[in-house]
Amino acid sequence: MAGFLLRRLVNYVVLALVATFLAFTLASVTFDPIGLLQQRNPPPPAASIEAKKRDLHLDQPIPQRFVTWMSGVVQGDFGRTVADRPITDELGRRIGVSLRLFLLGITIGILFGVLIGVVSAIRQYKFSDYFATLFSFILLSTPVLVLGNLLKIGAQSINNSIGSNVLIFVGEETPGFQGNWFEHLGDRLQHLILPTLAIALGQIAYYSRYQRSSMLDVLGSDFLRTAQAKGLTRRKALMKHGLRTALIPMATLFAFGFGLLVVGGTFTERIFTWYGMGDWLVTGISAQDTNITATVTLFVAVCVLFSGWLADVLYAALDPRIRVN
Amino acid sequence: MTSSEILFDTPADPAVEGPVLQVEDLHVSFPSEAGRVQAVRGLSYEVSPGEVLGIVGESGSGKSVSSLAVMGLLPESARISGSIKFQGRELIGRTDAELSKIRGRRISMVFQDPLSALTPVYTVGDQIAEAILVHRGGSVSKQAAAKRAVELLDLVGIPNAAERAKAFPHEFSGGMRQRAVIAMAIANDPDLIIADEPTTALDVTVQAQVLQLLETAQEVTGAGIVIITHDLGVVAGFADRLMVMYAGRAVETGKVEEIYQQPRMPYTLGLLGSIPRLDVGEKQALVPIVGQPPSLTALPPGCPFAPRCPMVVDACHTAEPPLIDVDGSAEHRAACIRTGEIAATDSEGAEAAAEIFGAEVVEEAEIAKVPREQREIVLELDGLVKEYAVNKGVVFKRRVGTVHAVDGISFDIREGETLGLVGESGCGKTTTLMEILGLEKPMGGEISVLGTNVSSLDSKRRFEIRRDMSVVFQDPMASLDPRLTINDVIAEPMQVHGYSKDEINRRVPELMKLVGLRPEQLSRYPGEFSGGQRQRIGIARALALEPKLVVLDEPVSALDVSIQAGVINLLEELKSKLGLAYLFVAHDLSVVRHIADRVAVMYLGKIIEIGEVNSVFDAPRHPYTQALLSAIPIPDPVKERQRERIILTGDLPSPANPPSGCRFRTRCFLHASLPPEKQRTCIELEPPREVQAEDHEAACHFAQIRQVL
Repeated sequence: MAGFLLRRLVNYVVLALVATFLAFTLASVTFDPIGLLQQRNPPPPAASIEAKKRDLHLDQPIPQRFVTWMSGVVQGDFGRTVADRPITDELGRRIGVSLRLFLLGITIGILFGVLIGVVSAIRQYKFSDYFATLFSFILLSTPVLVLGNLLKIGAQSINNSIGSNVLIFVGEETPGFQGNWFEHLGDRLQHLILPTLAIALGQIAYYSRYQRSSMLDVLGSDFLRTAQAKGLTRRKALMKHGLRTALIPMATLFAFGFGLLVVGGTFTERIFTWYGMGDWLVTGISAQDTNITATVTLFVAVCVLFSGWLADVLYAALDPRIRVN
Repeated sequence: MTSSEILFDTPADPAVEGPVLQVEDLHVSFPSEAGRVQAVRGLSYEVSPGEVLGIVGESGSGKSVSSLAVMGLLPESARISGSIKFQGRELIGRTDAELSKIRGRRISMVFQDPLSALTPVYTVGDQIAEAILVHRGGSVSKQAAAKRAVELLDLVGIPNAAERAKAFPHEFSGGMRQRAVIAMAIANDPDLIIADEPTTALDVTVQAQVLQLLETAQEVTGAGIVIITHDLGVVAGFADRLMVMYAGRAVETGKVEEIYQQPRMPYTLGLLGSIPRLDVGEKQALVPIVGQPPSLTALPPGCPFAPRCPMVVDACHTAEPPLIDVDGSAEHRAACIRTGEIAATDSEGAEAAAEIFGAEVVEEAEIAKVPREQREIVLELDGLVKEYAVNKGVVFKRRVGTVHAVDGISFDIREGETLGLVGESGCGKTTTLMEILGLEKPMGGEISVLGTNVSSLDSKRRFEIRRDMSVVFQDPMASLDPRLTINDVIAEPMQVHGYSKDEINRRVPELMKLVGLRPEQLSRYPGEFSGGQRQRIGIARALALEPKLVVLDEPVSALDVSIQAGVINLLEELKSKLGLAYLFVAHDLSVVRHIADRVAVMYLGKIIEIGEVNSVFDAPRHPYTQALLSAIPIPDPVKERQRERIILTGDLPSPANPPSGCRFRTRCFLHASLPPEKQRTCIELEPPREVQAEDHEAACHFAQIRQVL
């Protein structure tokens, strides 16, 4: 088992390299940071433009630039931005922001998605099922851009009616906030509620649909009947034998959902002004910055591959039938 | 504590007189798009302590639904009325929580499909222990329950139980899983065990093991047993009383012997007459029951069997006949207004059925009178080999073993002849078929069709030779394209082979008539036909190109008994009329005995016995053939109870790693009884196929005749 997962990891390293190389090449070919520099008003002196070119290794062919950048990456140095700031420092901070933003939202999304899906399946074609279905479809068809802004409007009116700023929707914490760690935590939570809702609602809608259908598959199964015939009540049989089996096909969804959201939350980050990885990608592209783009791509690749690996581990943990001897 | 908890947590009082289970006027209905389906309509029966009641009926007769009603396991949409009393206490109207205290403790159940009856994610031991813990969690520790689970596995005959308890269900074979389910069912020493088709999904040798185990379970627990089946053979030796169900009602009940010998309801007669008998050598007339069971949404008044009954009179249509006592016996009851007339016929059982239903023995073909040696060879296999590689590894695949699916088999089929190929699942029957139908150069050995060796064929010749061979598949539901009309289905082979439009238009209705269907139905889709009719369509398609050889892969095993007989009769008629040769693959040896001229028995990729059908069945030489034949129940309670059954131990060994010498020796009772020096012969030498009698060969070092029927 360990050997199998290790071999997988080696494959993944190669894949991540390929993905990053492609993104780096594409960015290098299309981006023109010098052009951006020249458009400034007043234009910078020619000498400093030449210096910038050298700094960014624009005099080298693209594969060589990639090798230069990559050899830095191996030593933990992701290069510098066009504005000449070290990427490595910012990378750590931004990953932290994204994780703080999404971990809670995804966890809530998975828990409630599973719960609502299971209840919908068990009470199929009852009112609660129709209700959950309707809301899932409404949420799934609402872009997060709209949902986020609606939440903001709703929060504003709540704040107004209470008369104090309970729900805060700008940034991660109040700048210059003074207080002990507990008050700091409270301040952060106030900032976290709305973006977490924006993430979780979509996730709940998405997971509940899949959980519902996977649970429905299990509901008619013979082993559930056997469990009841043993003397388990229907509720207990459903939870212990039904849900446990219905979770197996969800493992892949959970794993990839997690991996993709950390970078896929560009809109959420922008709406609520959190400077995470998704925001960085947009910043990097608008600054015509190859290094930022390649770094974010590498991070995405690692996330996706880690998700695939996590899915395998989850599968093996949940389903004895596919455990490799 | 609620009153129900007091009721069911007290131990059963052994002194309580009367039946364990009393079902009275039970009605169950389900909603459907076509209206309410009346699945059970006024069913009443009783089971006494320690008694075995057999419930027999076709699919849709309400037999499973009525037992699920007893367990309280029907879906919420079911509407139930009437009374179900267990040890004198009413079960209908109880909550799930109340019923769950009885389920698995007082009443337990064994289901049909052992492959899906266990939760795949928990170990077998844990699942058995759960059955104990859920009822006695207060007084029994987890460790004690786990220990008891191992004991139970041992009791149901799982070797190395302590080790196997830690295995997951997918690591068990079908037979072993069914044993585990039975272990679960007897874990709490129940008073009633309901077994719903417990052996239908299993091989005959495993079926014999499981039936024996159920008998043991009954002895150990002293429980009453309800065994539900469609196979009249299974219950003949096991049940004390029998109830025949049709269209949601009991149509005949009584002692097993009485029902088999003096059936008094035409439906029971038909069922008995429709089963080919393993123990009857001469050609037997099989009773086909025409039509299909009625739809249970809107039953017309009168006897529901009337549209299919040969004895129907006008009075049958006026009211549904109640169960009435027959022959003055209060125990034997039948729901027919003409029972008196049936009683008046001279013949008994299946013969009476043939007489009443007007079944006749199918005439033999002209060609069958020509001695075998003088007839043309249609198909010849010589040392056919098919192996599969077993690979391991994800990135770099490496071969770690070989599955010898077919390991050097030889036989021939001559014009107008039927060869039955039999054996347990996994013995290589289907692989053999696929090799023959593929018409490709085999891995080893030779295949010749009508004298042409297939390895020498180019693609054009191969295409031409396909005309002479056709196939009928097992599953009539899956083998017809649901989007083609019947006309297109039957015409397709002819279009592929370039028949003219006129010829196709002339031939398709002809083929429909040939298989007993009406040409007016040609524009319909497969979904509008019943299973038996679809199988007839499959046969018509197979006959479209006027083949010489038809390969039949379990052609009747997916059909209900009453339908099965009609298809068997049709196959026999066609063979006689068209001079066809059949390769008939089946696991049901009774059907094979009825239809085949010769039979070949396969075990682990080898033919271990082959020969003329009566010679092999009446005087089997190979211990495996003897065990296989002895495992098949005969629908005759008197004979069945006198038979001595050879029970094979264990399951089929893996074909990737077959035993040395004789492959059967690991399960062979003869081998086990031999002195060590003779045993060495079995271990070291592979027995060659030797002539035992005229047209009868067997591959056993110590072959001897043993009659098992």
